[in-house]
Amino acid sequence: MNLPLTIKETQAGLKEKKFKAAEIVREYLERIKKHDKGINAFLTISEEQAFEAAAKVDRLLENSGEDAFNQYPLLGVTVAYKDLFLTKGIRTTAGSKVLESFVPAYSATVVERLQKAGCILVGKTNCDAWAHGASGENSDFGPTKNPWQPEFVPGGSSSGSAAAIAANFSLIACGTDTGGSVRQPANFCGVVGLKPTYGVVSRYGIIAMASSLDSVGHFARTVEDARRIFEITKGEDGYDGTLVNPKAKMQNSKLKIGIPKEYFIEGLDKEVEESILNAMEVFRKEGIEIVEVSLPHTKYAISVYYIVQPAEVSSNLGRYDGVRYGNDRNSFGAEAKRRIMLGTYVLSAGYYDAYYLKAMKVRSKIIQDFEQAFEEVDAILAPVSPTPPFKLGEKADNPLQMYLADILTVAGNLAGIPGLAIPSGFTKNGLPLGFQLLGPRFSEETLFSLGELYQKATDYQPKVAI
Amino acid sequence: MSKLTKKDVEHVASLAKLSISDKELEKYLKQLDEIVNYIGELNEVDTESTEPTSQTTGLENIFRPDELKPQQSLSDEEALAGTEETHNGYFKVEAVLTERTDK
Repeated sequence: MNLPLTIKETQAGLKEKKFKAAEIVREYLERIKKHDKGINAFLTISEEQAFEAAAKVDRLLENSGEDAFNQYPLLGVTVAYKDLFLTKGIRTTAGSKVLESFVPAYSATVVERLQKAGCILVGKTNCDAWAHGASGENSDFGPTKNPWQPEFVPGGSSSGSAAAIAANFSLIACGTDTGGSVRQPANFCGVVGLKPTYGVVSRYGIIAMASSLDSVGHFARTVEDARRIFEITKGEDGYDGTLVNPKAKMQNSKLKIGIPKEYFIEGLDKEVEESILNAMEVFRKEGIEIVEVSLPHTKYAISVYYIVQPAEVSSNLGRYDGVRYGNDRNSFGAEAKRRIMLGTYVLSAGYYDAYYLKAMKVRSKIIQDFEQAFEEVDAILAPVSPTPPFKLGEKADNPLQMYLADILTVAGNLAGIPGLAIPSGFTKNGLPLGFQLLGPRFSEETLFSLGELYQKATDYQPKVAI
Repeated sequence: MSKLTKKDVEHVASLAKLSISDKELEKYLKQLDEIVNYIGELNEVDTESTEPTSQTTGLENIFRPDELKPQQSLSDEEALAGTEETHNGYFKVEAVLTERTDK
């Protein structure tokens, strides 16, 4: 069967009885069995649970017909979760050998909410262990490959989630974005990736990486679908104290987009740069005013990020002692050890002021840059990564080079603002290209409107790699 | 910025309860030194009159009533399900004290 590529198509097919939920699930699982050996997007496939959930969907449709969609807005939507999301009764590893046989006793808020909205869980996806990485190569269970061209990386750390959408192993997927880990793999795999405002989607039940930066995001093939998922996952849950229910803000009737000159850095790939300028032209033709803005502290974002983030990592990974669950600390992989030690160093006596305190101050400067820019514009258009996907192994031996791959995404996390990665085509060699829209805190609606405008103006048709 | 030494790396590894081999020590020394050098660039930024940011929500002191909600709590069995090392409903851990040998 030809699988539907959007939520709307999926639900229309179910309504018109073109297919049953059980048939969609069977098709996805068959595709995973057939193609995932070469991609390694999944760590666990939850076949039994998926068929049970599909049978429930089909029963609901049988009994209440179209009314079922009012009660369950994402009815029949298959979802894959980065293996950082706790799923009750289904193994959750964080991509690390420390948790290779850990089975959680409860589910994350996001998992609960999507299930209640009618989603069908197909499996848990591969990722850089503990979400530490920009290529997927730091997974303790082997790297994920880019479905478009398997000798290239899919990006990271939510590698398997992005790859699963590109390879059409699931309709939607979830991931986490601490320094770009949703936007960058979405960009490398040619799918839509949403990183919401910090404190809008609950982190409860999601294995923590760096708590002042972690945000929980979504992968889909269209902006409209990302919006529909976010409608379900956002808002207070009584468990995560950082959450607020965002109030819908009045949108300016005439939107203005800023182009930050500091994001056009030395070494920015020519094709990436061209694709950004093309996207800019699309918006301009749609009547959006484009102006240049300046974010002068952008060049320090990587240094701030690689102090604050490892510091918080060293604290969050301190709890893994192998006593209550999981293996002991000897099971940590190389990158986790590196970040724990780096974080411990910048927090240790004598270095706290020089590194950690200094980084927190420069973080304020980065936030002020954005605040000033957003006084003038409604959103910022920028590249996600300085280059298209790179080859597996290319940066694997040089941690600093790998860290620099995050250079255009980390500032958004330091400022706690939302970002939306949108595909915009392919390089001459057939690798995905795209851009990100950044907005002020709680401006998801503006980003969705702009993203939908772009996809409409370009008559965007989702493509799958396999 | 000063150069990282082997002793520094050994020290942070022990603070973080990580055991690393001599070979790893060499590797991490080089890599961490490179990273620490890079992040030292922040010294260029004038932050004399800048307040530090530790989080971006603008919220402070979020309280909730300290109530026991049995339906939201894990049972003993669930809480202990992650290990086989249990004893009478407790986690079993390695002894942290040693017996005197001079008695």
